Amino acid sequence: MDAAVRELSYAQAIQEAMAIAMEADENVILMGEDIGVYGGAFQVTGDLVHRFGEDRVMDTPISELGGAGVAVGAALTGLKPIFEFQFSDFATLAMEQIVNQAAKIRYMLGGEVSVPLVMRFPAGSGTGAAAQHSQSLEAWLAHVPGLKVVQPSTPYDVKGLLLAAIADPDPVMIFEHKLLYKMKGPVPEGSYTVPIGKAEIRRQGSHVTIVATAIMVHRALEAAIELAKDGIEAEVIDLRSLRPMDTGTIIESVKKTGKLICVYEGVKTLGIGAEISAAIAESEAFDYLDAPILRLGGAECPIPYNPDLEKTAVPQVDTILAAARSLLAGRL
Amino acid sequence: MTMQVTDGGRAQPTPVPVQADGGSNLPAIYQRLGRDALRDALKKMHLIRLFEEGAEKAYMRGLIHGTMHLSIGQEASAVGTCMPLSDADYITSTHRGHGHCIAKGADVGRMFAEFFGKETGYCHGRGGSMHIADVAKGNLGANGIVGGGIPIAVGAALSAKRRKTTQVVVSFFGDGANNEGAFHEALNMASVWKLPVVFVCENNRYGMSTSTERSTAVANVADRAVAYAMPGVIVDGNDFAAVAQASFDAVDRARRGEGPTLIESKTYRIRGHSRSDRNRYRTKEEIEEWRGRDPIVAFEKELLDLGLLTRDESEAVRAEAEREIEAAINFAAESPAPPLKDLTRFVYSN
Ligand SMILES: Cc1ncc(C[n+]2csc(CCOP(=O)(O)OP(=O)(O)O)c2C)c(N)n1
Ligand SMILES: [Mg+2]
Repeated sequence: MDAAVRELSYAQAIQEAMAIAMEADENVILMGEDIGVYGGAFQVTGDLVHRFGEDRVMDTPISELGGAGVAVGAALTGLKPIFEFQFSDFATLAMEQIVNQAAKIRYMLGGEVSVPLVMRFPAGSGTGAAAQHSQSLEAWLAHVPGLKVVQPSTPYDVKGLLLAAIADPDPVMIFEHKLLYKMKGPVPEGSYTVPIGKAEIRRQGSHVTIVATAIMVHRALEAAIELAKDGIEAEVIDLRSLRPMDTGTIIESVKKTGKLICVYEGVKTLGIGAEISAAIAESEAFDYLDAPILRLGGAECPIPYNPDLEKTAVPQVDTILAAARSLLAGRL
Repeated sequence: MTMQVTDGGRAQPTPVPVQADGGSNLPAIYQRLGRDALRDALKKMHLIRLFEEGAEKAYMRGLIHGTMHLSIGQEASAVGTCMPLSDADYITSTHRGHGHCIAKGADVGRMFAEFFGKETGYCHGRGGSMHIADVAKGNLGANGIVGGGIPIAVGAALSAKRRKTTQVVVSFFGDGANNEGAFHEALNMASVWKLPVVFVCENNRYGMSTSTERSTAVANVADRAVAYAMPGVIVDGNDFAAVAQASFDAVDRARRGEGPTLIESKTYRIRGHSRSDRNRYRTKEEIEEWRGRDPIVAFEKELLDLGLLTRDESEAVRAEAEREIEAAINFAAESPAPPLKDLTRFVYSN
């Protein structure tokens, strides 16, 4: 049972998950722009084209709307496509197929069909790619019933969540933060799944709950180490899944700590933080709060090109530290 | 001999054929443009090449953030296409847009400043290479979205027509963009409404790694013009005269109110798609073959052969471009960065 565990990068873990699924089921195919000999813009598909051939690792023309539609049609009729967007920003070109078609077909047809489709979205800022290549649009898609939306933060989770997504009969959207692709971590060989809709407590603590997504999980953990030096024990929850959202884990944590900070990269307002805050306000954890809920999110502007502005536009370790310290000042 | 400077395409072709110094007949387009404009064009082509090389070096020295898409090898296409345009005319550009920006008259200092993320840059450091624009000169901007500029160009042309100006819009895009829905929808509307827009597909044979053979059902992008009832013109994009001639024809037609044209400018990008390209989808031989068809070398030789340029003048043009680039990089390096407190400036008008 004990599968060998190696260090893999996040990108390698994704590639391995796809290869396992393709070995196991010939109906699994990959589609996307430059995913063949080029290996994908972020080298996630790498050499898979040499292993599985151009019929199963398909370079599409630069046609996001059409390509997404082809993937939906293929999923409806027996294939299991994994569709790679070159950047998550280009989901905007394919919104029609994702939102009006993939998400709704099963419902509109009264459950007669399903759309076993996986879409992968390289997302987030930090690479100097500016406003049209750095967005965090996961909350947009999470707003659509019919879709499942996950945001894995570790190599282990991305492999397990991708395999869970491929096995899932419904469309699953995976947001992969670009800064995570090269990050390494332990990954077991072989097939395993991580459940969709389950948050993970990355660090136990009793003074404040920090719920974070994607790269922010790592920043929150770094901040937690610093906070511990001041005697502040932060509990860090990796949300992992936006839809369905595991509010239960957050509620339990807030009942213990009485304080909540939400950290995510998407624009601060009308996003993930609002949803988490509302879930707490509507739950029994409300009575346990002894400080205002804090949201740390992206600034109210497009992602700027200048590197210092770019860093300022999204939460950094220091942002989290300062917020936690001010929240806890006089309240420990 | 009398020579005229291009004045935005409103000038009529010179009626009497002008003789070159050597006495041979000049190509019609060279008669129309005149010696000064041709030298200016050569200088712009040098500026583009030197700009790209300078940007590449700066990137490797870590002075530039992000990625960039170089247009080395495509200089004749950018400059030739912009010859009939005045500052009042618009262009929309692409992620591979440095050449278009310079061809439309941008100051290379402000361009480098943008690349360095500086407040003095064309976009105040907010946009970078992929969003470079020069609105005063009619460049509505590069675009990070493949095909994103094409419908915008049609909108600008609609506006020009309704405002009863003689403005023309040129929309640059790559071969990859011709498979986006936006391309098809935009060409159709431009034709239905007879708008003053020229679609210039710079077909450099690849959209990233995917060749046109693997991405596009027709042999030539220009073949698609038929579907939208407009002329489809194919030119050798590395031949300055051919590009300029095709552009004048299309721009004249647009100014006369006869509607859009689709020009396919066949060219080649010598560098990889972006900084991360490992060139696995093409051969060294292919790249070398196209290096031998360098549009700047060819244009310079032509001007020398026609007696429109002397060796000394050609040296001087190049030296001038080099000085401009050096000064531009210094200007950019010394310029201030935007203050952090201005992060959300420019999101709304007030
Ligand atoms: C909508 C969209 N899809 C994909 C990309 C990623 N991308 C950027 S440039 C490019 C290739 C474009 O090819 P082409 O239009 O031929 O222009 P070229 O790069 O050859 O100048 C791709 C796939 C993008 N920027 N926008
Ligand atoms: Mg191309």
